[in-house]
Amino acid sequence: MLERLKAFWRTVRRLSGDDAYEQYLKHFAEHHADSLAEVQAPLSREAFFKEWQDKKWKGIKRCC
Amino acid sequence: MHKNFKIIIWIAVLVLGVSAVGAIALNRGESISAMWFITAALCIYAIAYRFYAAWIAAIVLTVDETRATPAERLDNGRDFIPTNKWVVFGHHFAAIAGPGPLVGPTLAAQFGYLPGTLWILIGAVLGGAVQDMVTLFFSTRRNARSLGQMARDEIGPIGGAAALIGTFLIMIILIAVLGLVVVNAMKHSPWATSTVAATIPIAMIVGFYMRNFRPGRVLEASTLGVVLLLLAVAGGGWIDHNESLRGLFDHEGLTLAWVIIAYGFAAAVMPVWLLLAPRDYLSTFVKLGTVTLLAVAIIILQPHIHMPAMTQFTDGSGPIFGGKLFPFVFITIACGAISGFHALISSGTTPKLLANERDIRMIGYGAMLLESFVAIMAMIAATVLEPGVFFAINSPAGVVGKEAIDAIAKINSWGFAVSVEQMNQLAKDMGESSLFARTGGAPSLAVGMASIFGNAFGKSMLALWYHFAIMFEAIFILTTLDAGTRVGRFMLQDMLGNIWPKMGRTSWMPSVIFTSALVVAGWGYFLYIGVIDPNGGVNILWPLFGIANQMLAAIALCVATGILVKSGKSRYAWVTGLPLVWLVIITSSAAWQKIFSDDIRVGFFAAANDMATKLAAGVLPAEKAAVAPQLIFNQQLDAYLTMFFVVVLWVVIIDMLYVTYKYLAGKPVLPITEVAREPSSLVENWVRD
Repeated sequence: MLERLKAFWRTVRRLSGDDAYEQYLKHFAEHHADSLAEVQAPLSREAFFKEWQDKKWKGIKRCC
Repeated sequence: MHKNFKIIIWIAVLVLGVSAVGAIALNRGESISAMWFITAALCIYAIAYRFYAAWIAAIVLTVDETRATPAERLDNGRDFIPTNKWVVFGHHFAAIAGPGPLVGPTLAAQFGYLPGTLWILIGAVLGGAVQDMVTLFFSTRRNARSLGQMARDEIGPIGGAAALIGTFLIMIILIAVLGLVVVNAMKHSPWATSTVAATIPIAMIVGFYMRNFRPGRVLEASTLGVVLLLLAVAGGGWIDHNESLRGLFDHEGLTLAWVIIAYGFAAAVMPVWLLLAPRDYLSTFVKLGTVTLLAVAIIILQPHIHMPAMTQFTDGSGPIFGGKLFPFVFITIACGAISGFHALISSGTTPKLLANERDIRMIGYGAMLLESFVAIMAMIAATVLEPGVFFAINSPAGVVGKEAIDAIAKINSWGFAVSVEQMNQLAKDMGESSLFARTGGAPSLAVGMASIFGNAFGKSMLALWYHFAIMFEAIFILTTLDAGTRVGRFMLQDMLGNIWPKMGRTSWMPSVIFTSALVVAGWGYFLYIGVIDPNGGVNILWPLFGIANQMLAAIALCVATGILVKSGKSRYAWVTGLPLVWLVIITSSAAWQKIFSDDIRVGFFAAANDMATKLAAGVLPAEKAAVAPQLIFNQQLDAYLTMFFVVVLWVVIIDMLYVTYKYLAGKPVLPITEVAREPSSLVENWVRD
């Protein structure tokens, strides 16, 4: 039961974008950590959220 | 044994569905339980999803679950992200379901409950859901290209340009008509106006919270926002009862229209994080919550539908909008049955998240079924009202008269019982001074929802429920208004950027202000005319929006049909071809009537000429004569706009037919732009957490 509630909570967080930064860090660790060319550090939470939000509203995201 | 059991279950679903549809269609009694509608809808959706959609996915499209999707191949952790299918479903549904499926069915209820209900059910399973699903599939196979790009790549440059222009114009008209719906809900209603006004600072508080105070904590901020919204609904009641404050929020329609126009401009130039993004979170949460609550309330309460199956207005004499059942019921209900706008989300946005082609049926087809179900609930909420009450709320003053007593006499003469006292009592229950002539669907839907909620969860709070429903509609109408204006601005900047590159820079302030002003002026004009039009404006704008939206759907289906033929699947081309033919028939005949009909309530030119004659003869009352020249100009403009839509549509169709002819005759055509197959490396049942 507790597992189910946890899974539900994870889905809610994913749906709403609440965990977007954690996902980004995970992606960064998986794809960029061991590549030598990539010496940049990942974006800060604030900067990431800024970019994520601005990007989200560049195109058609809502209709009638 | 197991297989036989399944067959028996599906036969039972079929029998139940057929009986429910039969009960709805054949009922000629006083009233009918809403449960028949829910049952019919769920059975039809289940059968269509299990058999038709599965067949399309497996045989027509041949989805390949071992093939890597663009989200997997181009994964960058930001916009291309392979995502759990339920999360994609949630995003997709939140994006496609706006106020359209609530407003359209409410207006179409003037024909009775039957025509609209059947069209919502049949249109969705054979048209809308198919369009969304095939567009999602084709875009997924083309690196998440947009509809416009696919049209250009597969059909030719004309198709691409048509999709772009179509999108832009729909946006303008859609925003105008939605603005009008909000204005009609707020005029002379301090409670509604103050609640809607409060949503703006609330969104900003949420925006600051998410941006500066606790960056990225979306759920915390949204919870705070929803609580504040509920307080704003209650606070509106307090303002309404406060003599000195209520005057601040008690305004004419025209004043409110100017406020909305000014607001729209401000929202388009303001940074997204401050208003648009936080408002979108709030509207999504409120929308999902309210729709679920409505479904639960309908199931608990099983309200009865009082509207007749068909009214006498199928002959075209309806008070809310003129025009016969065919083709206008199909134009009025666009969203909920088939909506071209969805093709813009299904291409470009959703494919970037899709982890596996297997999920295309659930996300493309399934989300549209859910939207169709929302439309069915809107139809129920509108038709549980006594028909007399429904028409008293929705008939514009220009049709039934300005005074309550005239309006009631007129509605009674149609054979619908309602009295002035009844309407006054209803207005009092809902905390409003008057509910007459609130054209547009939002108030009658709010009354319907308030009575359903009131009966299910306690009757003492009718006025609160009513204003909650108004706030609920207004908040995502305003989200559509903000988002639409912004998208219009980007499209315009993109177009102007071809002429003067500097204009194309989305962050260059002079360009931002100039293009935003142009877009706002575009919809602001139609909103202004709609408000000064004594016939309510909705009767002109909504059909125009419907025609435009169906035209975009036809373009999407043209692209899909063209691709099917070019992929050597001509024998399945009817899957998209049949809905396409139907859309072409309804949009062309609706447009024909809007342009050439002699009926002044249908034909734009007829109405313009009639008014010009009356104006010249001096028979118009002074206040009508003052706005007549503007109305005449507008009717003519609308006629040319309609002509433009039809011409664009036919150009795309002929283009598509020419491409398919060339292909079938073995002549060279633009090559298929499908990206080569790469095997997927994501494991089975993979969930990314």
